[in-house]
Amino acid sequence: MDYAIEMLNIRKEFPGIVANDNITIQLKKGEIHALLGENGAGKSTLMNVLFGLYQPEKGEIRVNGKTVKITNPNIANDLGIGMVHQHFMLVEPFTVTQNIILGSEPKNKFGKIDIATARKEIQELSDRYGLKVNPDAKISEISVGMQQRVEILKTLYRGAEVLIFDEPTAVLTPQEINELIEIMRALINEGKSIILITHKLKEIMEVCDRCTVIRKGKGIGTVDVSETNTNELASLMVGREVNFKTEKIAAMPEDTVLSIQDLYVRDARKVDLVKGLNLEVRSGEIVGIAGVDGNGQSELVEAITGLTKVKSGSIKLSGKDITNLSPRKITESGVGHIPQDRHKYGLVLDYSIGENIVLQTYYQKPYSKAKVLSYKEIFDKAKQIIEEYDVRTPSVYTKARALSGGNQQKAIIGREVDRSPQLLIATQPTRGLDVGAIEFIHKKLIEERDKGRAILLVSFELDEIMNVSDRIAVMFDGKVVANVKPEETTEQELGLLMAGSQVNKAGETSR
Amino acid sequence: MTSNNKLFGVLVPVISVIIGLLAGAVIMLLSGHNPVEGYAALWAGAFGDSYTIGETIRRTTPLILTGLAVAFAFKTGLFNIGAEGQVIVGWLAAVWVGLAIDAPMIIHLPLAILAGAAAGGLWGFLPGLLKAKLGVHEVIITIMMNYIALFVTNEIIRNVLTEQETTTGTIADTASLASDWLQSITFYSRVHYGILIALFAAFIMWFIIERTTYGYELKSVGFNSHASNYAGMNVSKNIILSMVIGGAFAGLAGAMEGLGTYGTISVMSGFTNLGFDGIAVALLGSNNAFGVVLAGLLFGVLKEGAGEMPTAAGVPTELVDIIIALIIFFVASSYIIRWALLRFKKEGK
Ligand SMILES: Nc1ncnc2c1ncn2[C@@H]1O[C@H](COP(=O)(O)OP(=O)(O)OP(=O)(O)O)[C@@H](O)[C@H]1O
Ligand SMILES: [Mg+2]
Repeated sequence: MDYAIEMLNIRKEFPGIVANDNITIQLKKGEIHALLGENGAGKSTLMNVLFGLYQPEKGEIRVNGKTVKITNPNIANDLGIGMVHQHFMLVEPFTVTQNIILGSEPKNKFGKIDIATARKEIQELSDRYGLKVNPDAKISEISVGMQQRVEILKTLYRGAEVLIFDEPTAVLTPQEINELIEIMRALINEGKSIILITHKLKEIMEVCDRCTVIRKGKGIGTVDVSETNTNELASLMVGREVNFKTEKIAAMPEDTVLSIQDLYVRDARKVDLVKGLNLEVRSGEIVGIAGVDGNGQSELVEAITGLTKVKSGSIKLSGKDITNLSPRKITESGVGHIPQDRHKYGLVLDYSIGENIVLQTYYQKPYSKAKVLSYKEIFDKAKQIIEEYDVRTPSVYTKARALSGGNQQKAIIGREVDRSPQLLIATQPTRGLDVGAIEFIHKKLIEERDKGRAILLVSFELDEIMNVSDRIAVMFDGKVVANVKPEETTEQELGLLMAGSQVNKAGETSR
Repeated sequence: MTSNNKLFGVLVPVISVIIGLLAGAVIMLLSGHNPVEGYAALWAGAFGDSYTIGETIRRTTPLILTGLAVAFAFKTGLFNIGAEGQVIVGWLAAVWVGLAIDAPMIIHLPLAILAGAAAGGLWGFLPGLLKAKLGVHEVIITIMMNYIALFVTNEIIRNVLTEQETTTGTIADTASLASDWLQSITFYSRVHYGILIALFAAFIMWFIIERTTYGYELKSVGFNSHASNYAGMNVSKNIILSMVIGGAFAGLAGAMEGLGTYGTISVMSGFTNLGFDGIAVALLGSNNAFGVVLAGLLFGVLKEGAGEMPTAAGVPTELVDIIIALIIFFVASSYIIRWALLRFKKEGK
């Protein structure tokens, strides 16, 4: 059998934790191989070992049958291994071309960087794999999906034969996911091999040939995707049966908590992105916002939470006007917010997990008295949340940076839900979480609802919206264009509404 | 990882100092001097008798304070190049109050010290305000503020505090930090009570940064201003606060010179360099209060001891500046030392 990559009995330790314990994964040439495991199971760590970012304590790596030592990413590059990281590593003010050649700049015979040739080569690569990347665009001006393609191009430009994708679809919209799947197929057709990390079992079923499962740092085994199903994969990975359909009783909405009237919000470029939006969320209900990315969802959330100024219109919380108050005032009025971008907004990565747990409450009792912090109370609280939300970390003193992506997310959710705010805004709350954790988070959201809280759920995953919401508000072009009940609609109908078609009185859609 | 980082935080500066001293020895050898004699002279110059010890302490005092000034702002991610100007205005304000006011010591001395801190704080406030509200980079503004401080101060000394003279009169005894007792036990060195203020300031910095909600906010803004804003902190306010407190520390350094060492202020032909040395002290001290005290002491020792090197060992004082520069160089390139340490640890395993 021809293996492109073999990682045999790999062990990698971090202080206080064994991230990889005797894991074996073998990648055949020309296959898409899934790597599946719970949050913190050690998937990113294993791939970082392959990419030369970490040195394993034990084990052997073979590339095309030859044993190699990969002590840094340059060696990985030379061996034809490229990686698209969970969190991108791009220089924002640089152009696509500049980013791609960074670190392996082509020089002409005078030693000057030869941008023109590089640009041409990048354009060719982009066309060949259908990436549609503009080599001259600035990173800060292109979408997340495009940034990801730049990362892909970066690996191809360096001659990668094996591509590692670490949760590539977590940050993408459904449309972009379909395009990425096409790109991956094109890569395979050109003879590349791929290792794909994802928490979405559907994607594994759709594109992967084989799947290696790890649990708590240990290898569980490798299965042929054609001979398995999502339920089996889920239980292999979690070690128990997972319930995909969220159980809940019918909502009993009461008083209006959030009421938005005729809201207009502009983005940084002074373009109206929310245009006359009306929305109500009552206590005891979960309202899901469905919509294609870029139809004003982020701006809506930023306006409610005070991160962006409202141009006109009003936002009321239980009858109290909170329009254009400071984020602090809004939080204190009873709004919790699970932000979309956990690294930018959700966490101070250089603070410990404990310090992050009190990010909004550090100045209140019991976490501080007379402006003096009480670390005991802070870390006690953190311990409670870590326990309750199953955040896997060596300790509460560990820096947030050292946690796996999914566990960072669980810590944020724990912090926001634990305050039990009157209105909880959850933006893509389960992005990057494993199926077990998703089930748990959905349960928590419903528990909050049943306590009489109002919940606004913004998600690009129609599954999640359909499963968890009591009512769905469809956003298109800065407005709520339809309110539907999940049990009275279908994904197809939602899709049409999100694309801007109208619903007539009879509830039928038309163009 | 954290314990590792702490260990490195201590090891890297210590190794840098050792390498810097070794490199200095090599340079002495190459230029035909005896390094053992050179360093012996340095040691004698700093600790040889009670007089030199007193002078070393005097020299250390403002260096600790300017080190704190830079380190404090750095905790909020700000680069305070303006400690130099803040020292000068602090010095001027303290001496001015020392000259102009008649009051018993219990009022006069604290008032003069506070005037120095307030003037430094004001000199930090302006760049902080511009950074917070208009996004103007603090490095540029603080550099310009240094020149404004220098020339305005000279002008005030010539035309306001004196009539076209270069040195003011001596401050009232009630505003002086000098101590007959300290002087008498150190053979009449210029050591004064300022060292206590410097150590107290280091404690204050540690306390604010590590123990209070202010410190929590300041650091948070320095690490990630977006998340701080999300969490409801006022990012602008924290930027300004950080520059003001940093400036106040530097202003205190000036007050120490004015109220302790000299008792006067003179027209300056150039910068005091106390503020610029503060950058190096902060860097060497890993921007941490305790580290700054040790680094300030090291700089005080090197600078004071250097005075003895030409006479006792024939080594030019410039060499000491070279050694200091080498130490800074090695701290700044701590990445190399870190890498070497990691390498070493791996092999040892
Ligand atoms: N640099 C590090 N220092 C210390 N511990 C780390 C570091 N990186 C990862 N870990 C720990 O190793 C374990 C595995 O983390 P890893 O990032 O590999 O998980 P993952 O399987 O990719 O999870 P996720 O699906 O949440 O991304 C976690 O417990 C994490 O806290
Ligand atoms: Mg991961």
